[in-house]
Amino acid sequence: MIVNQFLVLAALLFSIGIYGVLARRNAVLVLLSIELMLAAVNINLVAFGSYIGDVFASGQVFALFVITVAAAEVGIGLGIIVLIFRNRSSANVDELDLMKW
Amino acid sequence: MVSLATLAAAIEVGVGVETDPRGFVGVLVHGAWLIPVLPLVAMVLIIAVGKRLPARGWELAEAAMAFVAVYSVALLVANWIDPIAYEQHVELSQIGSVGGAGLVVEWGWVVDGLSILMFTVVGIVGFFVFTYAKGYMEGDERFTFFFSAFCLFAGGMLVLVAAPNLVQFIVGWEMVGVASYLLIGHWWEDHANNAAAIKAFITNKIADIGLIVGVIIAGATVGSFRITNVLDAVEGADSALADVAFWVGLALFIGAMGKSAQMPFHVWLPDAMAGPTPVSSLMHAATMVTAGVYLLGRMMPLYNTAGFADDVKLIIVLVGGFTLFFAGLLALVQDDIKKVLAYSTVSQLGYMTAAMGAGAYTAGLFHLFTHAFFKGLLFLAAGSMIHAVRSNNMSDMGGLRRQMPYTFWTFLIGSLALAGIVPLAGFWSKDEILASLSEDAFGLGAAADLVLVLAIAGAFVTAFYMARAVYLSFFGSYKGKAEPHESPAVMTYPLVGLAAFSVIAGWVNVPGAFTAFTDWLGARAHAALDHHAATLDLGVAAAGTLAALIGIGAGTALFRRDAATQAQRDRLRVPLLYPVLRRKYYFDDLYMHGLVNPIKGPVARAVNWTNDVIIDGVVNGAGALARQLSRLVYAGLDQLGIDRIFNAAAAATGEAGSALRRVQTGKVQQYAGALFAGAVLLVVGFLIFS
Repeated sequence: MIVNQFLVLAALLFSIGIYGVLARRNAVLVLLSIELMLAAVNINLVAFGSYIGDVFASGQVFALFVITVAAAEVGIGLGIIVLIFRNRSSANVDELDLMKW
Repeated sequence: MVSLATLAAAIEVGVGVETDPRGFVGVLVHGAWLIPVLPLVAMVLIIAVGKRLPARGWELAEAAMAFVAVYSVALLVANWIDPIAYEQHVELSQIGSVGGAGLVVEWGWVVDGLSILMFTVVGIVGFFVFTYAKGYMEGDERFTFFFSAFCLFAGGMLVLVAAPNLVQFIVGWEMVGVASYLLIGHWWEDHANNAAAIKAFITNKIADIGLIVGVIIAGATVGSFRITNVLDAVEGADSALADVAFWVGLALFIGAMGKSAQMPFHVWLPDAMAGPTPVSSLMHAATMVTAGVYLLGRMMPLYNTAGFADDVKLIIVLVGGFTLFFAGLLALVQDDIKKVLAYSTVSQLGYMTAAMGAGAYTAGLFHLFTHAFFKGLLFLAAGSMIHAVRSNNMSDMGGLRRQMPYTFWTFLIGSLALAGIVPLAGFWSKDEILASLSEDAFGLGAAADLVLVLAIAGAFVTAFYMARAVYLSFFGSYKGKAEPHESPAVMTYPLVGLAAFSVIAGWVNVPGAFTAFTDWLGARAHAALDHHAATLDLGVAAAGTLAALIGIGAGTALFRRDAATQAQRDRLRVPLLYPVLRRKYYFDDLYMHGLVNPIKGPVARAVNWTNDVIIDGVVNGAGALARQLSRLVYAGLDQLGIDRIFNAAAAATGEAGSALRRVQTGKVQQYAGALFAGAVLLVVGFLIFS
């Protein structure tokens, strides 16, 4: 089995995710980009899992865990964003200077 | 139960003395170190926890004395059944070369007839006095401290009695001295009490020089401080010791004169009355003043062996003889009842000393034994009166026999015992002393005759002043201000107990009939070599009793009728003699103007100068030096060195913080970018270096 195509796909997805996180201004889109990065990681896990022929399917199990954690993280993230939006009428990341000294 | 007959049979069977008994007696004897140690433990415990106990420390003191009393009576019985002469030495340390002529410091205990007798006297009299003291000292602000010092007093005496070596003997001797200082000055708020305490301490210290010199000479000559070794040398007719024996004997006797208040060292004892009455009672009966007589008894073979200190006996008997008579006369003119008893003690100690001087070891210690009970009783009864009328003076008493029946009857018994009336304790012991002086077994010649006359005259004086004390305080009309009342039971029971002993204590040594006491005292490793009258000398006994009866008669004739004033009461105003007696033979004046003042002035000035110039100079110099040094340290080391380091470190931290805080922009995406860049750097680094 060849894993290259999976890895290339994962790398592309990850890069798109990075770009989204760093460049987008809307906080919702930043969260979506993080999801893309996590998806890339999941692809890698599943691909390597089947490549080494693991009988316990550890790669897939880990991917499931990552999806779960990602869901929780997005839940919290969206909650924070909603609150920020209510207070400031904006979800733009670069307008948030709350964490400055 | 062991009957008297079997006891007597056992004495017949017992051959010699038991130096290391086995069985139950062995356990008793091996554990006898508890006798001196327990009161000292009680002292420490009273200081530590006494104030928190229900009876504020008294119960510990009382328990220790009860233990000593019971234990010593058990030993006394054991010694009666089978004579004991046991001693034990425990090495504490060695000073000087090992194996050479180093000084071995030892602690130990002697259990023989003599020490058991002293243990018994201290234990029984101490038990009664400690009980009484609870009532007498009630409400005293230093109640707890009093009992700890009291324990030290009794414990020191027991250490001294138990001593098998002369160094331990001195330790106990000085413990007693220190405790007496604390107790005489117990009410130190009054300056006179303080002065009395200092007087007692210093007078004893001066006489102690004799003891220490004697011990050093004996120890250096024999090569050991063990009393056994010194007495072995006496028994073995050691010529080196024989050469210095006179001086050893004399020096030890000077020490004994101080503690046992023989003229001219007697001045401290009447002033020691400043202490609380239980202290006077214990001091005069069982503890302290008997130490000197005990020392002579312990060293008796030295004095009784020809070629050793037998010449000192002439001095001893004369000192004792003069003391017993002239101190007795002083008691005739005292108004303070405790001073009457104090001079009486000096006089009775004179009897004991005279007996020792005549070589009559048993007679002297027998008088010590009986005297302890009736003198302890007399002091306690006097204390009961003082407690009731709030005054020491007999001019504030009178007629007390109605309000204080217990005190009256016990005081009367004590007075008759002291006067030597048949069959009370004092008669038997005084008669033995008179008999020994009359027999004069060691050939003292005219001196013994003179002292015998003085002793019989002393018996008259004794009866006279006791009759005077009884009439002035118990008969006639009451002249004091306070409302007299009988003392509480805790004070009257000890009086009754001691009164019982004052009656029966003399019966243990009836010449020719029952001589258990002689056997008790005979149990010792080195025979005392004393002479002992085997039968009652009727002539001497009659003379003594007659003298006492005349004394009582004279006292009755002169003091029976009530008299209002001091002048009327002192009917016996013999011209010349009376002023001399009131001034106490000018001893105090002589010491004050002849010794104390000349020393006090220059010495005090010298000490003051030393204090002002030398000690203050040293202290001030040290202070100034310390101040300069600290200033230097502050300016140089602290300000320039240590403070700079810390300030620089703080400034550097602050600068770094200011610079670094600009990195924190608050822009989440910059943080994420930095995170990503870091991750990339890590990956690149990993690829390159792996």
